[in-house]
Amino acid sequence: MSFICFEYDLWDMRASADIGDCGSMAEIVVRNLRKEFGAFTAVQSSDFVVADKEFFMLLGPSGCGKTTTLRMIAGLELPTSGQILIDGEEVGQKPASQRDIAFVFQMFALYPHLNVRKNISYPLISQGMHRSEIQEKVLEAAKLLGIEDILNRPVSGLSGGDRQRVALGRAIVRNPKCFLMDEPLGALDAEFRERMAGELRSMHDQMGATTVYVTHDQREAMQMGDRIVVMNHGVIEQIGTPQDIYDYPATMFVAEFIGSPPMNFLFFEDTLAPEADTITLNGQSISIRPVSTAGRGSFAFGVRPEHISFDDMSPYRGRIDATEYLGTTQIVTMTTPNGSLKARLAADIKIIVGDSVGLAFRKELVTIFDCESGVAVTSSPDQDRQRNG
Amino acid sequence: MSSITEPRQTWKLAAGLLVVFYALVTLLPLLWIISTGFKTPSDSIAYPPKILFEPTFEGYVNLFTTQTRQSEEFLANNPPTNWYEQLVHDKGMVIAGPSRYGERFFNSLIIGFGSTFLSVFLGTLAAYAFSRYRVPLKDDLLFFILSTRMMPPIAVAIPIFLMFRSLGLSDTHAGMILLYTAVNLSLAVWLLKGFIDEIPLEYEEAALIDGYTRFQAFRKVVLPQATTGIASTAIFCLIFSWNEYAFAVLLTSGSAQTAPPFIPTIIGVGGQDWPAVAAGATLFLVPVMVFTILLRKHLLRGITFGAVRK
Repeated sequence: MSFICFEYDLWDMRASADIGDCGSMAEIVVRNLRKEFGAFTAVQSSDFVVADKEFFMLLGPSGCGKTTTLRMIAGLELPTSGQILIDGEEVGQKPASQRDIAFVFQMFALYPHLNVRKNISYPLISQGMHRSEIQEKVLEAAKLLGIEDILNRPVSGLSGGDRQRVALGRAIVRNPKCFLMDEPLGALDAEFRERMAGELRSMHDQMGATTVYVTHDQREAMQMGDRIVVMNHGVIEQIGTPQDIYDYPATMFVAEFIGSPPMNFLFFEDTLAPEADTITLNGQSISIRPVSTAGRGSFAFGVRPEHISFDDMSPYRGRIDATEYLGTTQIVTMTTPNGSLKARLAADIKIIVGDSVGLAFRKELVTIFDCESGVAVTSSPDQDRQRNG
Repeated sequence: MSSITEPRQTWKLAAGLLVVFYALVTLLPLLWIISTGFKTPSDSIAYPPKILFEPTFEGYVNLFTTQTRQSEEFLANNPPTNWYEQLVHDKGMVIAGPSRYGERFFNSLIIGFGSTFLSVFLGTLAAYAFSRYRVPLKDDLLFFILSTRMMPPIAVAIPIFLMFRSLGLSDTHAGMILLYTAVNLSLAVWLLKGFIDEIPLEYEEAALIDGYTRFQAFRKVVLPQATTGIASTAIFCLIFSWNEYAFAVLLTSGSAQTAPPFIPTIIGVGGQDWPAVAAGATLFLVPVMVFTILLRKHLLRGITFGAVRK
């Protein structure tokens, strides 16, 4: 624990030291980006803008196209169609070497035949920089990462965390326009991961960098990202801040992918008028946020486990099947007339398996999905703002 | 405890003895050649064979010189000035000039190392392309390359002989280098492709990101990591082109003749000069041995490549 504190102290010191401030950081614009591998379409048609100095997460299950998107931004894959602008310059068809970006690979890809110092100085050597200047910059980067003492070591004997730091050193030493990271914590042990996530985020803030970060780990994305893009089957499902995505999922996929346990779905048939603010679940009227898209047919009533509470007055009831004790909270599994439900409740609430309980839902955080399209039909705060403003 | 370790040590000893015995059996012909090189012609054909004998450099002197028999008067008027002239003088002969062995040996060096270099150079480039790029009909091309090894090379000796004659490549260094390269290249491509496939693509991508061109990435990142594969491929190629006999007999006779077809033609005065032949064979072994020992570290790693994950 004390070690972690030490790491953060180190970062705080940097803040005043004014080292490694990136002047040339930039906005990344992705327009109608598409990538096909033969008959397979990895990325359908992506549109997003990464703001300057933003920590931007590409999140999704494996094979969703997030890594392909990142590799296209890096220039390791050329897009089938669409545009990529870095710092206002169209780079879509340029080779990686001309894009002035840094990439951190999942397995770090440190040059195994070179020592730590050589690895970090490699991007500077290619620029034809003078030797003394290289030495200086390498030392600066090494100090920033706390790896001055291993500069002359071969990379083969390094621990996972040190490899990670060397890979970051190689990325920051050249002051690139942006950092692209492909699951950089994926190869680390669980205990290291937490620490490196903190270090990464601090480094990003210190350098005032623009970072695009690929991960399949929703916790990592929520913890580190300013904004998250959730992708599935090559399609962007939702773009937003971690809180937006968590509270107002745009699709059933996002609702299920984010959160542990994921959002509950209670299925029902109904006819929803525009601006309707109640639905009928098993004959009971339940209030919700206003519906923005009218429709009729099958719907899903989506509610996060922690937005469910027990309320003896509630006419909507469920039967308790089981409970899992988690220390601060407990997960209670219930059966309702519309499907099963997991609720996250305070650990000290007494649960009797087999009891029938009344259920209350936080109406402002309930989302209704159209089962056929999987898209949310309730309005999100964004839409509210648009409507009101 | 000792009851467990003792049988294991006995077993180890037995295994060691077996290895030593096997080594002796395989090394015996080699020992025979080396010792014959230091025998006199009469010792070399003595029966029963002489295991203990008085060593002489006569074979080596005969190997490198041509000699003529002279009258006693001439011999008396021209006393030998050094040890090897003395050796020849004692037989009643004088040295007329150098033999062709040196030239032939030199030809072997040029052709052997030349074709090895060319095979490995071209093989590395081809293997890299096959490993990294989307080559149309890749699998068919690779199979085609392999298929050139499916018949003994000598099966195409006559067409090659005719081609070489009309192209003016017969009995030239360039012709032999070309031929051995053609034979070795398929092996080189296949071996090296295996090694390059094992080098993760990320290293090159990292180099591309770091501002290097594709070729620089290949030269600075892939090549240093492929040294193991390149070294072991080079040894295999050299062993083939160094030892090749059939094509050398067929296609070379004069200026580009290599050592293998030359050595058996060393004929002394009054019958085959076995010590000279043995001396020629012994010296012929040296370059490949030196080359292999120099690259031994890589070779061992090359053979066990893939067995141990880094």
